[in-house]
Amino acid sequence: MAQHKVNYTQDGGLPVALTTIDKVANWGRSNSLWAMTYGLACCGIEMMAAGASRYDFDRFGTIFRASPRQSDVMIVAGTLTKKHAEFIKRLYDQMTEPRWVISMGSCANTGGMFNTYATVQGVDRVIPVDLYLPGCAPRPETLQYGVMLLQKKIRANKASNAQKPKRLM
Amino acid sequence: MRAYTPKDDVQAKAYYTDRYYVAPQVPKQEVETDEVFTADLAAIKGKFDVKEAYIQVKQMVVYINANDIYGVLELMRDELEYTQLSEMSAIDWLAKDNTFEIFYQMLSMNKRKRIRIKFFIKKGEAVDSVEKLFRSADWSEREMFDMFGIEANNHPFMKRILMPYDWQGNPLLKTYPLQGDEFAAWYEVDKIYGKEARDVIGPENRDPAKVDRYDSERFARLGHEVPKGTKITGNEPRVEQTYQEEGGVFLVKKFDKKSSVIVDDPQR
Repeated sequence: MAQHKVNYTQDGGLPVALTTIDKVANWGRSNSLWAMTYGLACCGIEMMAAGASRYDFDRFGTIFRASPRQSDVMIVAGTLTKKHAEFIKRLYDQMTEPRWVISMGSCANTGGMFNTYATVQGVDRVIPVDLYLPGCAPRPETLQYGVMLLQKKIRANKASNAQKPKRLM
Repeated sequence: MRAYTPKDDVQAKAYYTDRYYVAPQVPKQEVETDEVFTADLAAIKGKFDVKEAYIQVKQMVVYINANDIYGVLELMRDELEYTQLSEMSAIDWLAKDNTFEIFYQMLSMNKRKRIRIKFFIKKGEAVDSVEKLFRSADWSEREMFDMFGIEANNHPFMKRILMPYDWQGNPLLKTYPLQGDEFAAWYEVDKIYGKEARDVIGPENRDPAKVDRYDSERFARLGHEVPKGTKITGNEPRVEQTYQEEGGVFLVKKFDKKSSVIVDDPQR
């Protein structure tokens, strides 16, 4: 039978590591931000590019999931129409807490150039938004930097407390 | 030549019109100048009442009575080889004489010809559905109903197609405001949160294109981020864009540029 010998003087004392609950939880949350695929318009192409091999979101632990129940962050990439507004709210409600929202591009931020009757003038009228990315459409680098900022934001919060409810109502 | 219109504010009402400006008209030609169209028109005239017919941009335009539309399209499909209904919709002339102009764009692949069938209806009148003749009319008539409020009789599923089912108003009417009426402005708020949420969420902020770099409440300048609410003087030092906090992150090793080695030798 193999003897498992642990040298506590090497590798920073691993496999025993001392830390706080906050750091462990935030480490897990911030480094496995599973994003929900929400490509509504042309920004979705940039989001796909950010996920594909050249920009490679996987190295941030950001993996796109097709279900709101498996995802932590909703990247709203594109124009939100009024017809679709109820569904984005429903999908947001189906995401498990803690959850975050990145509003990507001008259309998602403010309605953008679609100053018309059929476009929601900013997704923050329907769901609370953590991060607004400017651009039409933002480059994949912008989205990557946005995810980095969101990771920083997650690490800055206390994980032990329940997430402050972010609701419009 | 096209009349000059100032491009800086196209939404503004024109306060000056050229007295001598004449809007350009696409020239119309007699139907007799084209053999195929002459024969087609004769076939239609043989069974139905034709009010007006001419050729414009190599396409024949035929005005008929509203009641004859099903018969005319059936004749054209079965006997005149116009086998495709490319598109159909309506034109809003309500302000002029309280009518809609309905058009049906027909295409014959064999003859390589296009014919546009047109007629007028009053406001509130319905058209006869041609969905039994052309499947493409199914969605086109629904779109016409959605955008103009014109119903099609005998349509199998006369519901809105683009706007939500509970939408009010017909967006392509010329009286419909581009940015929507009150119902449209509060649609998503009313539907999701209820009317009582209007005060909480507030009215739509239309056209908020102004980006203020001195406003740290709503904007964060990339590479020059400051805490929210800070008064910005414009002399903020550049913030290094880093992936991690300075102290490092638990269990994640920070990349150190100084201790890294750049591999120049591919044979290494």
